Amino acid sequence: MPTHPVDIDMNEQEKYLQELLTKQAQGQLKPKDRYAIKPQDMPAQDAVKRRHAMSEVALGYTETQARLEAMRCLQCANAPCVEGCPVRIRIRDFIGEITKGQYDRALEIIKENSLLPAVCGRVCPQEVQCQERCTVGKKFKDVNMSVSIGRLERYAADLAHGGGQTPAVAPPTGKKVAVIGSGPGGIVVAADTRRAGHEVTLFEAFHKPGGVMVYGIPEFRLPKAIVQEEIDVLKKMGVKIVCNFIVGRTRTIEQLMKEDGFEAVYVGVGAGLPKFMGIEGEHLVGVYSANEYLTRANLMKAYEFGKGADTPIAVSKKVAVLGGGNVAMDAARMAVRLGAEKVYLVYRRSETEMPARIEEVRHAKEEGVIFCTLQNPKRILGNDAGQVVGMECLRYELGEPDESGRRRPVAIGGSEFVMNVDTVIVAIGNGANPLIQQTTPGLEFNQWGNIVVDENCRTSMKGVYAGGDIVLGTATVILAMGQGRIAAQAINTDLAK
Amino acid sequence: MAYRIVNKSQLSENVFRIDVEAPLVAQARKAGQFVIVSPEAEAGERIPLTIAGADQEKGTIRLIFQRVGKTTAQMAEIPEGGALGYVAGPLGRPTHIEKFGTVVCVGGGIGVAPLLPIAEAMKDAGNTVVSILGARTKDLLILEEQFTSLSDESIIVTDDGSYGRKALVTEPLQEVCARSPKPDLAVAIGPAIMMKFCCEVTRRYGVPTQVSLNTIMVDGTGMCGGCRVEVGGQTRFVCVDGPEFDGHQVNFDLMMRRMDAYKDLEKRALQQYKDHQCKIGLDRK
Ligand SMILES: Cc1cc2nc3c(=O)[nH]c(=O)nc-3n(C[C@H](O)[C@H](O)[C@H](O)COP(=O)(O)OP(=O)(O)OC[C@H]3O[C@@H](n4cnc5c(N)ncnc54)[C@H](O)[C@@H]3O)c2cc1C
Ligand SMILES: Cc1cc2nc3c(=O)[nH]c(=O)nc-3n(C[C@H](O)[C@H](O)[C@H](O)COP(=O)(O)OP(=O)(O)OC[C@H]3O[C@@H](n4cnc5c(N)ncnc54)[C@H](O)[C@@H]3O)c2cc1C
Ligand code: SF4
Ligand code: SF4
Ligand code: FES
Repeated sequence: MPTHPVDIDMNEQEKYLQELLTKQAQGQLKPKDRYAIKPQDMPAQDAVKRRHAMSEVALGYTETQARLEAMRCLQCANAPCVEGCPVRIRIRDFIGEITKGQYDRALEIIKENSLLPAVCGRVCPQEVQCQERCTVGKKFKDVNMSVSIGRLERYAADLAHGGGQTPAVAPPTGKKVAVIGSGPGGIVVAADTRRAGHEVTLFEAFHKPGGVMVYGIPEFRLPKAIVQEEIDVLKKMGVKIVCNFIVGRTRTIEQLMKEDGFEAVYVGVGAGLPKFMGIEGEHLVGVYSANEYLTRANLMKAYEFGKGADTPIAVSKKVAVLGGGNVAMDAARMAVRLGAEKVYLVYRRSETEMPARIEEVRHAKEEGVIFCTLQNPKRILGNDAGQVVGMECLRYELGEPDESGRRRPVAIGGSEFVMNVDTVIVAIGNGANPLIQQTTPGLEFNQWGNIVVDENCRTSMKGVYAGGDIVLGTATVILAMGQGRIAAQAINTDLAK
Repeated sequence: MAYRIVNKSQLSENVFRIDVEAPLVAQARKAGQFVIVSPEAEAGERIPLTIAGADQEKGTIRLIFQRVGKTTAQMAEIPEGGALGYVAGPLGRPTHIEKFGTVVCVGGGIGVAPLLPIAEAMKDAGNTVVSILGARTKDLLILEEQFTSLSDESIIVTDDGSYGRKALVTEPLQEVCARSPKPDLAVAIGPAIMMKFCCEVTRRYGVPTQVSLNTIMVDGTGMCGGCRVEVGGQTRFVCVDGPEFDGHQVNFDLMMRRMDAYKDLEKRALQQYKDHQCKIGLDRK
């Protein structure tokens, strides 16, 4: 095999790691030595090649990289990072195990609080959670200099790949728990209540379990096999998974409880009612919600159209994606992969205000997505056949901060211009799906259609619990998981009474 | 759940009727609701089909579908005893059934199938049911017997006059609306263009009209927005807010455009519609 420059680097890095480890063993490793270690970049697929590939972009750390990155952690006595993690993973401790090469132990520690480390390590918005608080990032006054907690989490989780243990299940309690929706929240509730010995059934409306992790977040960011492994673990634990079952329609919550004998029901149906902008032209052919675009591409594998997948998707040349969050990035990067020549990301604030993960923004740019910030569409233009031919936009500037603390975008009068596009993907957020509300009298919802819960995720109906996006509005995988944990705890407590 | 096809028959050249095992759907379904089905469990397109009937004891639902494209063709190939990939439902809001008085039910082409459970439920609720069924030609007419036996009056029309009256459904509809007393409600189900013209007729006579929209769907649970239509100036999702809407409020022109990305002009859309198998021409005056 020809020697590759990377190999030489790796060897030097290994030597460097050994030196650091020796120093540490002698108790001579100073914080300044740790600060001197360069943040380890995650190897990624080539930006040009990956424009045509659905496989995962971020390739994961090598062992040396992982340990070097772990050595950057100061092992702070107060570990401020933990406060930034919604499920309070013992970050300092698991990173400590990685420096020692005790990867199994690291994973065990992570799993005390998070059931889906391979997922969260990949998709958590770390820069506004754990990594935001990290002392190292604070020292350099740059969150990008923080210890890469997420990547280390992913490293530990990926090593155990496939070989993860099936959690032990307590003796049967004879009580039945229904979990509605197989997103991250639902998966956690199913696992935690099953562990307590209850008979658990997971109901999913789609033909594949996994929630947004399967139909929303694309393969190139979160391989479906990872989610499938978690589902398989549930099956091994004896959780019954029923797909193509729409609670509210196939059976109502009331029927599940009164007729089918479920004593506890967790509602984790997600948000997923796409919002549109309410502008002229939104009914034209070629306007998609991001949900539709991504679902067609992910769940129905429209990108394999003609190879057994039958769900068509527009073959677009010029695509405008509206929004600045993860969903918008995913849609834009998916459009690149589906062969669009030009993909514009249109966002009405500036890049600093974008809610997307920094890594996704960077990856999108590398892949050629053109960022059009401080612009917003006024109307979508169509031809006689009702197909999109362009989008009229207005330019914006930033004014005073609004309630969210972000500076409010203000339209500049008379700044209209037309953007030539044949496809518009709307990614401006989701409202709550009204199905459960329509079919569950007695369950309390707020004005936005989200289920109202107490701090233990109990709803207004006895025996009914809820969490995730249907409670929080649009949230994150880890927040949904965190609520799942809390709800499962409440269910287990209540059923033990 | 096996989704086995326990019974299969061919109603006309391209129309098939299957009874599929789906006990929970059979139990829960109400008139006006539909299911999402796919011939394959994993890949494959998800398509919406109206539940044309159900047998709770046998745990089966009845689907009547027209072979129009890949997925329906694939389904037509599955023999009796074979199975669908999956069936999910029932979806959509059930039809609002009550005693209105006289209800005129208009069905065109394959739209006759989804109309049947609604006409039955209307009859059961004590309404006088006048049914108008249309097809392009005699061989394409389906469910005639079922409709004649349940209706107080039934009118059959074909475009080419090969059976029943040589007319479009809008013609007898207009006559029925002109009667005194006029009907209390019209229910029209068929191709979008037919529903559009039916609504124009009933609007003139002030007869409230329900239509069942058959937009393209992906999930059928409100998640994608692909089924959106404009009703009364507002965006509504057919799968969760419908499929039935007040026909006088529906923007059919927008809907038809969305339903066929390949039509260049509405004129051509009409032409294409004419050549389409389930056609009930409407442009003759
Ligand atoms: C494109 C995209 C990218 C994202 N990127 C990120 C990211 O990078 N990082 C991050 O942390 N978060 C991200 N999110 C958000 C994150 O995925 C969600 O916050 C999270 O999945 C919510 O979990 P949940 O438990 O509420 O359930 P969901 O994942 O929303 O799943 C709910 C499930 O319930 C099912 N369901 C709905 N109604 C019914 C019913 N009536 N009966 C039965 N089943 C039903 C649905 O089919 C679905 O499978 C992204 C979201 C999207 C759409
Ligand atoms: C709520 C609802 C209920 C329905 N009930 C029935 C039913 O009971 N029986 C039945 O035969 N069909 C019904 N349809 C229509 C049916 O879903 C479509 O015929 C089917 O999706 C076509 O799939 P395909 O892959 O065979 O054809 P495709 O290859 O997808 O399309 C072939 C041709 O059919 C047209 N087409 C595609 N989708 C639709 C659609 N949704 N409506 C009309 N034309 C379409 C295309 O424009 C194209 O010309 C219903 C649709 C909805 C939304
Ligand atoms: S779960 Fe997310 S927030 Fe918590 S430590 Fe891991 S990456 Fe950070
Ligand atoms: S704050 Fe940063 S340096 Fe301190 S323990 Fe946490 S990860 Fe390590
Ligand atoms: S079919 Fe997806 S929202 Fe109606």
